[in-house]
Amino acid sequence: MSDPAATLRAPSLDDYAAVLGEHEIAELREFARPLAGQRVKMVNSTAVGGGVAEILNRQVPLMAELGIPTRWEVITGGDEFFAITKAFHNALHGAPYDGRPEWWDIFLATNEENRRRFEFGEEFVVIHDPQPIGLVNARAEAGGHWVWRCHIDLSHANREVWEFLRPFVERYDGAIFSSPSFTHGLPIPQYLFFPTIDPLAEKNRPLEPEYVRSVLEKFQLDPKRPILTQISRFDRLKDPVGVIQAYRMVKKYVDCQLVLAGGGATDDPEGAAVLREVQEAANNDPDIRILDLPPWSHLEINALQCGSTIVIQKSLREGFGLTVAEALWKKRPVVAAAVGGIPSQVIHKVTGMLVHSVEGCAYQLRYLLSHPNFARELAENGHEHIKENFLITDKLKRYILLFLILQQR
Amino acid sequence: MTGPFQFVAASYVIRICLERAHTLAEMARYLRTCSDASIFYHTFQSLETHHYTTFSSDFAQWILAACNEAALAERLGTLDLREYVSIAGLRLALARPVEEHIRANPQAAERAAFEPFHFCEAVEVTVPVAAEARTLAELAEGIRRLSLHTLHYHFIVSRLRLKLETNDFSFWIQHSLGNAKLAEQLNRIDFYTNTLDGVREEMLRAIAPWVQG
Repeated sequence: MSDPAATLRAPSLDDYAAVLGEHEIAELREFARPLAGQRVKMVNSTAVGGGVAEILNRQVPLMAELGIPTRWEVITGGDEFFAITKAFHNALHGAPYDGRPEWWDIFLATNEENRRRFEFGEEFVVIHDPQPIGLVNARAEAGGHWVWRCHIDLSHANREVWEFLRPFVERYDGAIFSSPSFTHGLPIPQYLFFPTIDPLAEKNRPLEPEYVRSVLEKFQLDPKRPILTQISRFDRLKDPVGVIQAYRMVKKYVDCQLVLAGGGATDDPEGAAVLREVQEAANNDPDIRILDLPPWSHLEINALQCGSTIVIQKSLREGFGLTVAEALWKKRPVVAAAVGGIPSQVIHKVTGMLVHSVEGCAYQLRYLLSHPNFARELAENGHEHIKENFLITDKLKRYILLFLILQQR
Repeated sequence: MTGPFQFVAASYVIRICLERAHTLAEMARYLRTCSDASIFYHTFQSLETHHYTTFSSDFAQWILAACNEAALAERLGTLDLREYVSIAGLRLALARPVEEHIRANPQAAERAAFEPFHFCEAVEVTVPVAAEARTLAELAEGIRRLSLHTLHYHFIVSRLRLKLETNDFSFWIQHSLGNAKLAEQLNRIDFYTNTLDGVREEMLRAIAPWVQG
């Protein structure tokens, strides 16, 4: 068996024609033509781990291929800065906030250091998430059109943290959200961009069945018994302990296995602590695999999803939950929490099953395990739904259209 | 008019508006006051995204799924969009049944919906492309190559742009080629209960005999 990574090269736009049709790609080029040569900068807070870095990793070269030179910059900061932004992140998702007064100053000082480090001369600047939000201070001098891309569900945002960030947001030309329910009545234009997956990335491209089997063997999973899988970093908001509880309820009826696979993003200092909590909750159950995978494990994650009977995403809060789109793209039945952007992907009983509790998750898992034909139908619908709405080429088009709109203002 | 059919590339970005309806009463109010672009987006534009849901109108779907008012949802969901050539007319046709329903069922007015309705609107972008058609064969080839958004623009959005009960293709076929029969045949294709790919196939099937014959 050949190594699937060995023959890999970065896909070009033309490679997507096989998935989407040539006319969609040709039209993408038509939209990009008026922007040829204009420059874009994308800024976020981590180069590896997490959905945003994955999206940018593919989006940036494709924008360049469309004739729009795009530079991706990552802000730097110390452990204290990232501990603060993690607290902000959790608070914006609705968790309690207990920050110290000096945190605001530390946050602003780190943003200011990064502002001085970067050069901003691009026609379009897209700032991702709250961590680099203060870079908008560079706007008065640098010019250009500035957009804030918020990947977080702000519907339950902690008021104190949001009121601190809001004045920065209001200085952008527009804000992009993953769902209308994530917004906060801003006076600037608010746009809806669904996050997307790359169907040709290592994480999503078709795999040989032998490779999938080899990965299951490597992690000592039995392909003859049902495999339930949740892929996400070890984060309390992903409720990995709740997934173990649901698995135990299912296990009373069905002899199944559970995989919790993920890794840590470099901007998430809580990952190690959560991993320990999950290992304790698993209590050495031989049918639970807890896989702390390095950030380059895309092929193995792909294989784990492909080899799963059902994919779970039982988050308590979620930005969008790209792992749901990944699983649906691979035609896997999905049981997922009705939070964040997940209901946009999972239409209940049509493209998957939505749940609201550990018990609900366990019930729907049992139901799908007992009704494999229905599970297959959901998975087929889910694949079409993702193809029509959640692929990276759609995202590229939306950015190009937004830049055209901003330019015409 | 004898010029060629000029294709464009068309698509849109969704803008999230400030209005959110949490009850039927709020929905009735916002149907009167929301932007024209919002009315258009939730009826005409959302046709592209409703392959699986019961109704193709966002308003009807929300009234069914979030308010559990099946009869009212059916009234809104079955409006024949082809009869409307102005947003003002369509707005009235949407608002009146909701207002009537609330008058007849006052207890339904303030009942909280399972989830709020978020008003959105589409900001459309078009760019000219080199492609044009001078014959039916060239038109069919062009239609075959169109993205779904551009097909939507030429076949559905055009009704409001032209302020006529027709579409770009039928208009050109009738006025440039003088083929009223084919123009009418294309215009009868039901885009409300069909997917856009289905619409495209029906159009190509309708044009094919005229190209071959």
